[in-house]
Amino acid sequence: MLAHEFIRNALLAGSCVALASGAIGYFVVLRGQVFAGDALSHVAFTGALAAAAAGWDLRVGLFLATVAVALGLAALGRREPADDTTIGVVFSWVLGLGVLFLYLYSSGSAGGEGAVAARTLFGSIFSLSRGEAWVAAGVGIGLLVALGAIARPLLFATLDPAVARVRGVPVRALGLAFLVLLGVDAGEATQAVGALLLLGLLAAPAGAAQRLTANPVLGMALSMTIALGSVWVGVTLSYAISALPPGSAIVGVAVGCYVLAALIGGRIRRGRRMRRGGAIPSRA
Amino acid sequence: MEPSFSINPVSDVEQLLSYSFMVNALAAGSIVAVMAAVVGWLMVVRRESFAGHTLSVMSFPGAALAALVGWPLVWGYYLFCAGGAIAIAAGAGVLGRRDLAQESAATGTVQVAALALGFVFLSLYGGVLENLETLLFGSFLGISSGQVLTLAAVAVTVLACLALAGRPLLLASVDEVVARARGVPVRALSVAFLLMLGLSVAATAQITGSLLVFALLVAPAAAAQQLTARIGMGLALSVALGLAVTWLGLGCSYFTNWPVGFTITTLAFLVYVAARMVRLA
Repeated sequence: MLAHEFIRNALLAGSCVALASGAIGYFVVLRGQVFAGDALSHVAFTGALAAAAAGWDLRVGLFLATVAVALGLAALGRREPADDTTIGVVFSWVLGLGVLFLYLYSSGSAGGEGAVAARTLFGSIFSLSRGEAWVAAGVGIGLLVALGAIARPLLFATLDPAVARVRGVPVRALGLAFLVLLGVDAGEATQAVGALLLLGLLAAPAGAAQRLTANPVLGMALSMTIALGSVWVGVTLSYAISALPPGSAIVGVAVGCYVLAALIGGRIRRGRRMRRGGAIPSRA
Repeated sequence: MEPSFSINPVSDVEQLLSYSFMVNALAAGSIVAVMAAVVGWLMVVRRESFAGHTLSVMSFPGAALAALVGWPLVWGYYLFCAGGAIAIAAGAGVLGRRDLAQESAATGTVQVAALALGFVFLSLYGGVLENLETLLFGSFLGISSGQVLTLAAVAVTVLACLALAGRPLLLASVDEVVARARGVPVRALSVAFLLMLGLSVAATAQITGSLLVFALLVAPAAAAQQLTARIGMGLALSVALGLAVTWLGLGCSYFTNWPVGFTITTLAFLVYVAARMVRLA
């Protein structure tokens, strides 16, 4: 299997995107921002279509759109739970813009819009070129380094924003920086697994990890491991079964891990409750 | 006859209404706008926008399954929307108490699982979904009278159910702890609401596409909530804004030839921004 160039490219790009998404996803789930990740992955679609309509490189539009919307969400969204409504309103409009760009693009140059839409929406990990795979790997590693640099204060700001603010941690700036990282990740992952399936690497491994452990270091490591494992197993499965699209295989493995973790996590929690003599467990 | 815009609004409206496809579009749009505004208002109160979006995405695997098995498209929509609603409720309810972070992870996982299934169906089907664009962006201008009637029936059902469950549902949405203490079946209501949301999304998505349905759900309701905290007022405002956005959007689309999805979402977004400005001022 490794003799094929496209499999090597897929594994290289997939592994780096998975590690970055697993680590970023941990914070995304912890901060309850899965919807923001979802929105950014759809925004990538509009960005790519806008670039196509203007005749630019798709990736320019993709990254510009995701980072711009990440900044916009950070500016509009308040700390309060109203956040998900803001995200919903902003991103439904951005999707509407996508419709306009699709229309402009298809009326400008005849045909071809289907191919662009399909490629950006569904991505294709098996059609990456050598260069694209290395770019994906570079972005993935860059994201990991950037996240590592802000991980400690970000964790503090996430778990207890009030105390963090008192201790002089720049909570708002960290939130903004994190959303930008998420935007870059969404842009990159869109090319690897497709905009629609990005969430599979962002939400499912991290959600699974958090059902199993409350320890942040262990949880993040677990989340990255599950994401990486999903890509490897998914790529292998998809190689073996030709009817199985790679994106679906990867997401399928990740979702399987999540369901398993939810079941095991529930059992662990019930076990603890029983040992405590039926007391209701207090969730920290 | 080419669309010709004039300064006289009466003649413009007459021109719009002279086509039966525009009359059907306006009728269907109005029904959808009212249903989406009411359901969406509750969705925003319950902070379930993500669930709403996830359900509106279900039309893709639904359509792919329908194509694979040879069912009518609608069956796939309803099947996946109902299944998605139950899966979200199950995923969110594992912990017993509402935990927004875990709930959003569960919802996201349900969404990608459904999408991944959709791709598998598509791959097994072997063909291309010819109506991919219709699926995403809707076909507002090709609606039959039969579809309008079905839509009306669904809307009446959903609104009647919500009216019946209105008071306890609202209490459970606003203050879960008090509702539980008063013996309100919070869990059951939550599942029932998600099913209603799924039903209205499935009915709407056939006409507006899976992208636009979400805009009509969230934007008018969010704007209304910026302007008033009162229940009756908020619902009325949400419905009024939804209708206005839909009518204006359809009209703009007719005269400018821009896609309906763009005009309606843009107007809805502008209404929301204006509402926020009013609140700040």
